[in-house]
Amino acid sequence: MVWIKGDKMSNLVKLLGRDEYLLSGNPSCPGCGLALGLRYALKALGKNTIMIVPASCTSIVLGPVPTSSVKIPVLNIAFAAAAATASGMSEALDILGKKNINVLVWAGDGGTVDIGLQGLSGAAERNNNFIYICYDNEAYMNTGIQRSGSTPKGAWTTTTPRGKKRSKKNIPFIMIEHRIPYVATASIAFPQDFILKLKRAREVKGLRYIHLHTPCPPGWKYPSDKTIEVARLAVLTGAWVLFEMHRGIFKLTGPSIRLIEKKYRKNIEEYLKIQGRFKGISKKMIEDISKDIDENWRYLKEKFLDNNRK
Amino acid sequence: MNIVPLAYPQKGSAKKTGYWRIFRPKINYEKCIKCMICWLYCPEGSISIINNKPVIDYDYCKGCGICANECPVKAIEMVKE
Amino acid sequence: MILSGNYAAAYAAKLARVNVIAAYPITPQTQIIEKLAEFIENGELNARYIRVESEHSAMAACIGAAAVGARPFTATASQGLIYMSEMLWWAAGARLPIVMGVVTRALAPPWSIWSDHSDILSQRDTGWLIFFPESAQEVLDTIIQAYKISENEEVLLPIAVAWDAFYISHSYEVVDVPSQRNVDNFLPSRKKYKHTLDIDNPFSHGNLVFPEYYMEYRYYIDDASNSSKKIIREVDEEYYKIFGRTYGGLIEKYRCDNAEYLFISLGAFSGDIKEAVDRLRNRGYRVGFIRIRCIRPFPSNDIKEVMKDINGAIIIERDFSFGKGGILSTETKSALYSLNIPIISYIAGIGGRDVGYEDFIKIFQSSYKCFNLENIPEKPIWYGLRVIK
Repeated sequence: MVWIKGDKMSNLVKLLGRDEYLLSGNPSCPGCGLALGLRYALKALGKNTIMIVPASCTSIVLGPVPTSSVKIPVLNIAFAAAAATASGMSEALDILGKKNINVLVWAGDGGTVDIGLQGLSGAAERNNNFIYICYDNEAYMNTGIQRSGSTPKGAWTTTTPRGKKRSKKNIPFIMIEHRIPYVATASIAFPQDFILKLKRAREVKGLRYIHLHTPCPPGWKYPSDKTIEVARLAVLTGAWVLFEMHRGIFKLTGPSIRLIEKKYRKNIEEYLKIQGRFKGISKKMIEDISKDIDENWRYLKEKFLDNNRK
Repeated sequence: MNIVPLAYPQKGSAKKTGYWRIFRPKINYEKCIKCMICWLYCPEGSISIINNKPVIDYDYCKGCGICANECPVKAIEMVKE
Repeated sequence: MILSGNYAAAYAAKLARVNVIAAYPITPQTQIIEKLAEFIENGELNARYIRVESEHSAMAACIGAAAVGARPFTATASQGLIYMSEMLWWAAGARLPIVMGVVTRALAPPWSIWSDHSDILSQRDTGWLIFFPESAQEVLDTIIQAYKISENEEVLLPIAVAWDAFYISHSYEVVDVPSQRNVDNFLPSRKKYKHTLDIDNPFSHGNLVFPEYYMEYRYYIDDASNSSKKIIREVDEEYYKIFGRTYGGLIEKYRCDNAEYLFISLGAFSGDIKEAVDRLRNRGYRVGFIRIRCIRPFPSNDIKEVMKDINGAIIIERDFSFGKGGILSTETKSALYSLNIPIISYIAGIGGRDVGYEDFIKIFQSSYKCFNLENIPEKPIWYGLRVIK
């Protein structure tokens, strides 16, 4: 399915720009979702960016000493420490008078929703000034596909061989409750949506949080050419919601706008059957997953969408 | 050698990843409508826009096949190396 | 001014013009960070204060700040220090100049807020330089010196300045607080290093290193730690010229000339040990005291130099390495191995139990008997232990 046509494409090319900040020939897997996400993110933020990377797949994608695969300064840091490091760095740059430098945390789901949550929550409460992008490949991929708090219900991982029983931790909603100035979700299948959000976020002061869906071929067990298709289906089935919470106003974006109506959402089985990690899941589990998605939409309508209109 | 472990930006930090390929993408320029969706979705950034045409850098293309899968007119074919 | 050790530390950080403070409260460090918050709020110190949500985050924030060229400061104790441990290794491995105050406190369980050195000494492998001032004055002077040492291009290692809970942190004494102008002359603002992150010269810091190269980076850390000995002495001398106070570099020698026996110790015991030495000398014993001011890098040569004609040494320490012995005595004995001098190891004051000069005199007298009978106890003696059977 083609979402962008004709001359809109040339605008999109202009929006992304021709400069590549993520250099080819890096250690990422073929078809890696996070690599594409990083390529987009750095195009949106540009060269005045310092990136902080906690332990994650990206730590390897950055390349071994002495060659780096990104054209911006990067500080590698310990697994739990990304948000706190960014707090220190952003305050330091500010007091040193180095304005207009984006401090970006590029962290995986493990380093955000599990071991990194304390640091992220602290930084959010203090509203430190940096952009935090969590790229969600829904498991601890770098260490060999173990489950994280962000692994969806029913998914196979090496530590949940019969499928994860609990639902995914809803970090974007938790970040909204921290009352930071900008929270959004995005998907690599919808680059225009992601990049425009990032460009808007760049102009906001305070903690900006973006949760990016980045499928992983070896971890989700699908052939590498389907990465975009998988990411797209996640959105079109309503499993992954695209939204933006900015200046206190919550809105759905892109294809998610009309998916508030259940009838427009594709059947969740389309999304599940394309991925080997959901192979052999029971009818009951599919029903549970479907119910969870409906419940998630109901909750966000009641809690966030309807509150806007008040 | 620096006393601190530093790495400087350069293409090919994992060497010539073109060697990873089992299948290589071949663009049929007759069919190509120059929409640049392949360039958009390439995770490696190994497709460039040159003279308004997508051009694949086979030194680094890992053969993931996303470009072939996403091409709206099926102008890209994955051919065995 | 009349200051406690903790307040002296706050004044030192202010004079050193630190510009990023990231700290988490823990007894008995709280006065330091409270005072610093006051300085910032009333405009005396131009710095950013990040009220982090844990000590691990405190060190992470200091690392983030130091990596882009700021001069950070933090302080902690006991549980906080151990929680921070992962990041201590990171700071040293990243070769970032950072100074931290550690108010040494016993580790739990069971809970204790009183002085004990096991917390900071358990971190001696990390690559951090570690200093033990014995007074509030020395706390202030050492923190200022520490920035100069840490930021020296031949060192580039973070420094922990450790002082005893309550004995030094909360006791008040007269402290000469130097003028800002003199400190500015002594300690210029931080400069840029090769590994300071910069958007005009992008590089990645700390990427993956294969076995072929990792060992060299670790060697460089040890090399820098050893090179710092020279810098520590130089900085102490320079400090003396400007401020009129010196602490002898890595060790302080108290009445060691023509001594037959020596006490070796560090921290808050020192005042009482010096008193004991004076009293023993009055009674005719030729005894002296080596106060270890800097335990990392370990001052092997400095101690060996003093020990040349010694017949026996008594090491008194407020720490322990379970399953081996006192940390200080283990390290000192191994440094003095070739000299073959009888050394008796005393463990005292663990968990903040009071030990005074009278105890040290008793310790000397029983050790003196051992030295003369050539019956040196192999195992460390836990002074005042109530044996529970």
